[in-house]
Amino acid sequence: MIYLLLFYEFFKVGLFAIGGGLVTIPFLFDLAEQYPWFTASELADMIAISESTPGPLGVNMATFAGYKAGGILGAISATFGLVCPSLIIIMLISKLLKKFSDNPYVQNILSGIRPAVIALIIMAGVEIAKISLVDYTSLLIFAIFALSIRFYKKSPIFYIVIAAVVGIIFKL
Amino acid sequence: MGQLFVTFFKIGLFTFGGGYAMLPLLQDEIVRRHKWATDEELMDYYSIGQCTPGIISVNVATFIGTKLYGKIGGFLATLAIIMPSMIIISLIAAILSQFMHNEYLKQGFSGIRIVVAALILNTLIDMWKKGVKGYQGYIIFILALSGIFFLNISAILIVIGASILGLILNLKRGAK
Repeated sequence: MIYLLLFYEFFKVGLFAIGGGLVTIPFLFDLAEQYPWFTASELADMIAISESTPGPLGVNMATFAGYKAGGILGAISATFGLVCPSLIIIMLISKLLKKFSDNPYVQNILSGIRPAVIALIIMAGVEIAKISLVDYTSLLIFAIFALSIRFYKKSPIFYIVIAAVVGIIFKL
Repeated sequence: MGQLFVTFFKIGLFTFGGGYAMLPLLQDEIVRRHKWATDEELMDYYSIGQCTPGIISVNVATFIGTKLYGKIGGFLATLAIIMPSMIIISLIAAILSQFMHNEYLKQGFSGIRIVVAALILNTLIDMWKKGVKGYQGYIIFILALSGIFFLNISAILIVIGASILGLILNLKRGAK
């Protein structure tokens, strides 16, 4: 039953991807390895589409992945799976709000998770680099983009549109 | 409750990228326009959103919905914030699968994948500054990286392991 499986797998992503946004990506790479739902290079496309369409990145990614795996119903199952842990946990702790984030144990756990999440995203970045940086031209384009993004803080959409044009011009 | 739905639908529709990109719009709609929360409360929601599982903006929506109308409100606000994404992305996914053979589209996406790698690098530099502090931070980082690289440990197990290590190393000892 693909819908249940999508719900279950994305529930796990929602439960363990702490910190939002890009943190979901390494979990999705695990899914790409485990299931025939989407490939690693489709995942890279998904990231770009999610960044340039409205809405939270994680939700967009779940919808896209779910749709690829099982159509509209797949999209609904994956997205609900992803937001379910949030819904449940926030409803549970909404009463003791401040106490939760000030709790020393919570703080300790978080300071452990943060460096690990960076390692996870590095590996996800390496996977995408393997797919996209295949020759000297792409490496050079990467270097130029990396520097521009760092020093001219424009919205990601701006860079994504330019990158698409560059891709067509250079016939990448 | 209709207003709650419309507001969060709007927030879902007009924010790109999520997370911090959403903050100005949330302030505008929730604090200034509807006075459903104060600026401080919103910042609290954000900091809790970062230390609880899930998508930050979904967490904020659940919070405010629950605060106003209880569990039904929480559910409704969450539904509203994810609706625009679900509709738009499903449409794009449907259209893309039709046109993915197009040569120009393929080349465009090859270019886009390069910039995605660059965007991730940029995020990593920012995260590194905030996330890796003290020798304990380096230890966990190196352990996690080698765990993924050499042992191919899944992301979930890495996160569980890192939380346990964080507790044991007691990273915030002495901090308030």
